[in-house]
Amino acid sequence: MANDMLTSFGRPRRFYNLMSADLPGTRFPASGITPGSSVLGIRFDGGILVSADTLVTYGNLARYQNVDRVIKISDSVLLGGGGDFADIQSIVRTIDQKIINDHCRDDGASMKPMALVNWLTRLLYGRRSLKQPLKAEIIVAGIEDGCRPYLSAVDARGSPFENYVAASGFARLIAVPLVRERKPIDRDFSLKEASTLIRDCMRILYYRDTRSIAQYTVGICTPDNCSIKGPFKAEENWAIADHVSGY
Amino acid sequence: MDNCDYFGGTTIIAVEFDGGVVMGADSRTSCRTYVSNRSADKLTRITDHIYCCRSGSASQTQTLANTVAYAMNYYECSMGEPALVRDAAVHFRNKIYDSRQTMMASIIVAGWDRRHGGQVYSVPITGLMVHEPCAVAGSGAAYIQGFVTAHYRPGMQQADTVELVKNAVQLAIQHDCSSGGIVRLGVINEYGMDACVCCDKDPAMVKYANTLLWNLEFGIW
Repeated sequence: MANDMLTSFGRPRRFYNLMSADLPGTRFPASGITPGSSVLGIRFDGGILVSADTLVTYGNLARYQNVDRVIKISDSVLLGGGGDFADIQSIVRTIDQKIINDHCRDDGASMKPMALVNWLTRLLYGRRSLKQPLKAEIIVAGIEDGCRPYLSAVDARGSPFENYVAASGFARLIAVPLVRERKPIDRDFSLKEASTLIRDCMRILYYRDTRSIAQYTVGICTPDNCSIKGPFKAEENWAIADHVSGY
Repeated sequence: MDNCDYFGGTTIIAVEFDGGVVMGADSRTSCRTYVSNRSADKLTRITDHIYCCRSGSASQTQTLANTVAYAMNYYECSMGEPALVRDAAVHFRNKIYDSRQTMMASIIVAGWDRRHGGQVYSVPITGLMVHEPCAVAGSGAAYIQGFVTAHYRPGMQQADTVELVKNAVQLAIQHDCSSGGIVRLGVINEYGMDACVCCDKDPAMVKYANTLLWNLEFGIW
């Protein structure tokens, strides 16, 4: 014990064993401290809507409240970033460099959403296998071949999920069942149905996720238009609070 | 407030003013990152003139409040006069201190009695009891401690105190993920407790504004 005190003088964290970094063979887990929460993507007949709130938290503190987590990659690809936002930004920097390289080559080829998803699966799976995971939950949305909407989620381990609804974080638990419930059996959503769903889901996510705020942005990707709209406010209704008293 | 192991995911505050106390709380009960109750009432009645703000484990504090309310009711029936705020605080302190190894309860007791007027007692998880004019507790308290210290002045009037409490809880809700929802306010003076819900947002207006903006951006509706 006395020896411990000598070697740990001036290093209170080691004496109190506050950080796992001091155990042999471990690294301080600096990733995952600044996560963004839910991202929700819905495919409709003309394109895709991707929405995410504008919050990146720092532990329990709602630290960065004006961060656009839906990112336009190119005129036909949108990316929604959940999970650790530092990792998302790092991935987007790499993707942006790829877009620039394509532009420099100037051969008419451009990044397609399915190709991006394939690359992301390899990247994320590779990092997972190296035990240096990127804690990024990504939604890729875009137009494939100039006309076909494509929506896919890629989780932090590199598993892709291509579907008419793609989500990360709390949206996977709360919004996906709601979207599935309202999906017409024989056709895709219309833009109006998808919009209503996005608004309802973002409202419920704000109610039920502690790591969320009432402000969100929505990206739309259609063959003619790819842009980020907003920020919108969740349509919160607190009328029930008047009926609750006691506990 | 929290149903799982956590340091009281809540913001609660109570401030004395000339003639009574103002209490404020958010309305979120969270279970780690899930909001289990978005419209909880954390200002719990002990007697007509004594209320407590609860933070920590929701189940433990609800039971505590029940027990202390029962004891205070018994006292009032026996003595034939309203209970003292300090007595309620002492009851809380005794229970929390005796079980502090297993309990996670942090309470602010606030009320009005004829002997000492408006009083606020803070009983944190360790089981100490302190009388202070202005107390904040819960996870959101850390973010507003500076704000409250800067804006509190002894001898404020009721309106100023209500503004201070409302602004403090709103700030905490903005910054703390475990606090959220609306601000519940309560004013206790010699006439009793007057509770209200502070919700600045009119849901109809928000929906209307949102619809307009959405229509503008997406060209539908």
